Amino acid sequence: MSLRFLSAALACLVCTSARAGEIPPDQRRSGYELMSRETRAIQDDDTTNPGMLWVLDGEALWNRKAGTADRACAACHGDARTSMKGVAARYPAFDAALGRPVNLEQRINFCRTGRQKAPPLAFESRELLALTAYVARQSRDLPINIAIDARNKPFLDAGSEAFHRRQGQLNLACSQCHDDNWGKRLAGSLIPQAHPTGYPLYRLEWQGLGSLERRLRNCLIGIRAEPHAYGAPEFVDLELYLMWRANGMKVETPAVRP
Amino acid sequence: MARAVVTMPAQAKRGEIVEIKTLAQHPMETGFRRTQTGELIPRDIIRRFTCTYNGVEVYRADLHPAIAANPLISFTTVASESGALTFQWTGDNSYTVTEIAPIRVE
Repeated sequence: MSLRFLSAALACLVCTSARAGEIPPDQRRSGYELMSRETRAIQDDDTTNPGMLWVLDGEALWNRKAGTADRACAACHGDARTSMKGVAARYPAFDAALGRPVNLEQRINFCRTGRQKAPPLAFESRELLALTAYVARQSRDLPINIAIDARNKPFLDAGSEAFHRRQGQLNLACSQCHDDNWGKRLAGSLIPQAHPTGYPLYRLEWQGLGSLERRLRNCLIGIRAEPHAYGAPEFVDLELYLMWRANGMKVETPAVRP
Repeated sequence: MARAVVTMPAQAKRGEIVEIKTLAQHPMETGFRRTQTGELIPRDIIRRFTCTYNGVEVYRADLHPAIAANPLISFTTVASESGALTFQWTGDNSYTVTEIAPIRVE
């Protein structure tokens, strides 16, 4: 009995100490601010930002007819520069039909299968990344704005729990690096605060554009945990939590990171 | 999708130095990497980039396996006469992309 009480008290202590490590709003930093001057310059200039190649591809796909419905994204949504403005800043968003939050990639695929009657695009395929980057680009410099209500609160809590849970063979929680030790170095690399402000982003290590889920899979493999599949509910919950955690920070898509 | 983006001023004064930035979409596969099953991934890189100004070559670069994907090449030239600059990237697997950018010199 006393042992059980002790372990419960210990669990509570661990849980509060993890929460205590949360970053105060005035100390939040985008990964951008931790980058070298040269890498920031690549991101800042659209003519040198390689992510813009995907954005341009996305623009072409936006206007191209697809599926048996023979409709382009633009046929319903019109000019993305107005219709998609601020959309990426609200995702993952709650989908009433599915009863859970969906991320931007999933939303695009629902549109493809439901409205365009086209096969869904594979996660991390060039086409899906291009369309996502094009849609998210329209929210550049707008603040991330995740509204939490009774419907998506359980999913936010699940994401928060995953962020603070120790996992993998290294027995590490996301928060141990990104809340408690940001700004320090893990080998040669600076530990960022893990704000997903610029996804899909061009990572120099990847030599290409990648989604937040690809980045999360990298992190999970890094702590020797089994990564979830692309589009897994666990990932979307975590994405929701991370985006909520970055509420008010500016969207940078397509960002560049080392 | 083979895309290249050229950024330069559309007009310039005679004798002015203009900066040209080019970004080519290319994986620049080195030819030294292997797949998870150990097979060598064949080399696929851009070998040469040239820029001609009204038919006269003003810039040329040879590219090699160590160069990053989506290579960004930035250089300058002197605006001497109105006309067009032709940019050409050629590489492995008969990769060829040509971009033409007009320039008006006053």
